[in-house]
Amino acid sequence: MCLAIPGKILDICGDDPLVRVGRIDFGGVVKEINLAYTPEAEPGEYVLAHVGFAMAVIDEAEARRIFDALCEVAGIAASQAESAA
Amino acid sequence: MKYMAEYRDGRLARALAGRVAAEATATRGYHFMEFCGGHTHAISRYGLEDLLPPDVRLIHGPGCPVCVLPIGRIDTAIRLASQAGVTLCSYGDLMRVPGSRGTSLLRAKAQGADIRMIYSAADAVAMAQAEPHRQVVLFAIGFETTTPPTALAIRLAQRLGLGNFTVFCNHVLTPAAIQNILESPDVRELGRIRLDGFIGPAHVSTVIGSQPYAFFAEEFAKPVVIAGFEPLDVLQAVLMLIRQVNEGRHEVENQYGRAVRPEGNERAQADVAEVFELRKRFEWRGLGLVPYSALRIKQQYAAFDAERRFALEYVPARDNPGCQCGAVLRGVKRPTDCKLFGTVCTPETPMGSCMVSSEGACAAHWTYKRFRDGGRRAPSAADVAA
Repeated sequence: MCLAIPGKILDICGDDPLVRVGRIDFGGVVKEINLAYTPEAEPGEYVLAHVGFAMAVIDEAEARRIFDALCEVAGIAASQAESAA
Repeated sequence: MKYMAEYRDGRLARALAGRVAAEATATRGYHFMEFCGGHTHAISRYGLEDLLPPDVRLIHGPGCPVCVLPIGRIDTAIRLASQAGVTLCSYGDLMRVPGSRGTSLLRAKAQGADIRMIYSAADAVAMAQAEPHRQVVLFAIGFETTTPPTALAIRLAQRLGLGNFTVFCNHVLTPAAIQNILESPDVRELGRIRLDGFIGPAHVSTVIGSQPYAFFAEEFAKPVVIAGFEPLDVLQAVLMLIRQVNEGRHEVENQYGRAVRPEGNERAQADVAEVFELRKRFEWRGLGLVPYSALRIKQQYAAFDAERRFALEYVPARDNPGCQCGAVLRGVKRPTDCKLFGTVCTPETPMGSCMVSSEGACAAHWTYKRFRDGGRRAPSAADVAA
């Protein structure tokens, strides 16, 4: 139930804080998602969408840091792991 | 898809599992509870238990809001939807959950009740706007992740002056449930569940942050690692938990830093605090009455509270006597311990809630793991009748 899917913000319309909406690209499927809870989100960034609402902006630097740590533990270079993905 | 595909890499998963096997002390044993249904689903779907050494056991917790909703609340929703002029809006997850006497929202819909499946709470508001002659009720369930959208729907309805939109609120709280499990006789006195740590919720934590778990880590001396819902997220969290246990630490660590900040989403928290307040107690399937574990709509938003507008009365209902959902939700029993599992209870014809939601422990086991049960005797008809 608490599933949330990462998608890339294509563009944003509206200034109204309650109904600020972004068009989000989920691997080719584009949906309108309410951005009221992620006012800092900007086009090009990734958000996690849950029941039509973005609940978090993905922190690219932190994602990189933790994924690198994961690869290091696993003994595989991050660049190799990503090219396989 | 970015932020999904790279966390499903099989080679990395095997390498991580190798690290887990190397660092786990065989004689010690590790029992970790994953609270969330999202983790339960990922563990079954990607066969993570097969990658982990046998002394690392993952125990499925009660973090599936569909599974913990008591039958009485489903019955109430069906009674409400059967009233003339009422349109009940529900997330798809709830449509097939069995109510009393073989009912469900789907069956009530087939019998003529106006029940509509929605994707977003905002859809229900739009419906109320478009159909002013209908009383539109949002059947709101979910943990902290799903609550802010309900709060926003109510604020939006208020701004639009909608007199025909209400919410049947069943939102529940994660920390209260974790505390209930840690303080339960099963864990403390009877020793039926051994818990060495928790895999902490992914998207609940995007809203509430990592701070609320500090109490459990400290008070109950159990490590908590917040983890994402992808298979590598779960494996990395298991490794982090094993390291904490081995080093005698019990801290809150965050594997899911790409989405979870220590303070959570403060704007969402503010909206929830504006619209909702704590209920003194709420019934959970499997856990019983849990104090301060759910939310209700504040007096100032009473006009949007379906329980007030329709004077809804809660009538508790009994589970099917053969159904072991309660014990499965507490982590005391495994799905295969239930006589109904895989016989009369399957995802096509679920008897209990854990078989309905794909995040339920029984549905996850049936879908992905039943072929591995191999030599287990299939229950006979006599078992089922008993």
